Amino acid sequence: MNDDNHSQELDELASLLRDHVDPDLQMHGGGLFATFVNELHHVDDKDGPLGRTSRWQDDVIVEAIASGSRVLDLGCGTGELLEHLKGKAGRLQGVEVDHDQVAACVARGVPVFQADVDAGLREFDDDSFDYVVLEETLQALRHPHDVLHEMLRIGRCGIVSFPNFGHWRIRLYLAAHGRMPVSHRLPHQWFDTPNIHHLTLRDFKAWCNDNAVIIDRAMVLADGVVRPFAEGDNLHASEVLLFIRRS
Amino acid sequence: MNDRDPRYDAPDSPRSVGWVEAQRVVLASGDNPFVLESGTSLAEVEVEYETYGSLNADASNAILVCHALSGDAHVAGWDARAEQDERPWRSRKPGWWDAMVGPGKFIDTDCYFVVCSNVLGSCYGTTAPASLDPDTGKPYGLRFPVVTVEDWVQLQHRLITHLGIERLHTVIGGSLGGQQALEWALAFPNLVDRCVVLAASPRLSAQGLGFNAVGRHGIMNDPAFVEGDYYDGEPPAIGLAAARMLAHITYLSEQGMDNKFGRRLRSSDKPAFGFGIEFEVESYLDYQGRSFAERFDANSYLYITRAMDYYDAAARWGDGDLGAACRRIKAATMVVSFSTDWLYTPDQCRELGATLLRVGAPVTYLNLPSPYGHDAFLVEIDMLGPLVRDFLASDQGAES
Repeated sequence: MNDDNHSQELDELASLLRDHVDPDLQMHGGGLFATFVNELHHVDDKDGPLGRTSRWQDDVIVEAIASGSRVLDLGCGTGELLEHLKGKAGRLQGVEVDHDQVAACVARGVPVFQADVDAGLREFDDDSFDYVVLEETLQALRHPHDVLHEMLRIGRCGIVSFPNFGHWRIRLYLAAHGRMPVSHRLPHQWFDTPNIHHLTLRDFKAWCNDNAVIIDRAMVLADGVVRPFAEGDNLHASEVLLFIRRS
Repeated sequence: MNDRDPRYDAPDSPRSVGWVEAQRVVLASGDNPFVLESGTSLAEVEVEYETYGSLNADASNAILVCHALSGDAHVAGWDARAEQDERPWRSRKPGWWDAMVGPGKFIDTDCYFVVCSNVLGSCYGTTAPASLDPDTGKPYGLRFPVVTVEDWVQLQHRLITHLGIERLHTVIGGSLGGQQALEWALAFPNLVDRCVVLAASPRLSAQGLGFNAVGRHGIMNDPAFVEGDYYDGEPPAIGLAAARMLAHITYLSEQGMDNKFGRRLRSSDKPAFGFGIEFEVESYLDYQGRSFAERFDANSYLYITRAMDYYDAAARWGDGDLGAACRRIKAATMVVSFSTDWLYTPDQCRELGATLLRVGAPVTYLNLPSPYGHDAFLVEIDMLGPLVRDFLASDQGAES
């Protein structure tokens, strides 16, 4: 996947900017703000709220993993993915720090180890799992670099998903408002957001390149549709899911 | 007269197993002695146990509950024979885990057949130092052989076999009971589907060994101890009370003791400048020590704490390597620690969970926040109960 045609992306961004600003109000300061706020919320609804309630990623993962695989889910939340994998995976294990979510995993009947992913994963041996999953967690970690390396030490394949902060609406929101984007999908204010490491799809690809990590496959959620990665998705994908491995 | 504590479910409550009577069974006799881990054997072993609920047709709903140091087979309900058997404290309180075990409770006796037996060497009906040695016709005293957690589990295996149970749906226990649960999963990997280890680790720390040593020191140096042959006279109650007072501190936490007693004086605002019982915490421990000495046999205390000292799952099953030991386990295991437990600390419990992870066993580990220290497994039923209930209902990793 190579979409790093930055100049083309800038052209497209410029045209989006023209399209989404009411021409009658272009000369009028307030109109720009109003238009963006409305537009942001409108499109957001199509992709559903961010988080564990709408997990298109689960469907992709369940379909993708080979039967009998060993799957470790880091930051497994209430164990929804692991429950979906019952009967397909050979070994399931969740890791979750939050007590209530751990209890929810027990209620679902999935094994869960209460631990802070950020505090290290020394409990796990090298290559002890086929897949290590990090769903919608990367951007909330204190040490994402270390955790990514740990997951690729423990697992043959890493499955990572995160909200793409390179989405064009987020970019325009910041440009227009001069404030951190707040929307249905990213409802938090700067002072209470769990998302402490904002990244874009392009950022992640650069990280993989710098760390000798190969991206085998990428799926995106864009305009309400889940589809394979396509060129220009750093601008259009609101969420991404990548299958990565050591080179 | 009814002096029942109203905080508990009464015998006629639909949530109580009601009036219960312990049963006894001879599990070793002349032609079938019980050989102990130490190599010695007991020609006669009788076991006191209780059961609640009904064993289903294919005997697949049996849960073995393992009790801790000072516990007994009386897990739930009200002892119908409390007065006859001279266990008057049982008239005031139901079994030690009555909040957990009963109809509709977290370990639901409408669904499960729950079994608990008093461990070998304890003083609640199973053969013990106070029992008569068939060779001499006198109480064993210190001539009773040293018993181990492994011995207890082997004897429990005889009991469940006697009850027509081949495999256990779950084995569960806290503290020394948790070590028995772990030993079950290690010694009989093919017979245990689920193992729940609460506030227990694969071995006691040096600090824990130290506490036990001080407790025994107090008992064995009580003038009334007379080398354990005190059954004709006064028991070493002062030594046993001191042992219990010390041990009781290890079951609480600094935070819990501060919350409960602080530095409050017992009866006045001013110190009396003497050595009587001044602080509330002193009064509490004094009461705990004395009441324990009335209901527990000092020799049993020696034997049980020794079993606690000796238990080392890694040494027994892995040549010192806990991972090698844990590879034996086939049960789905849940390990629960409590944040302020300083007898079996969260780190020690977590190590068991982590080792099970490392060897590829399905494991659930949680550290529950509680100010109640080691005792939390008996106290924090609101938090622990749903976890236990849900874990029992799950099919994770269970051998089918």
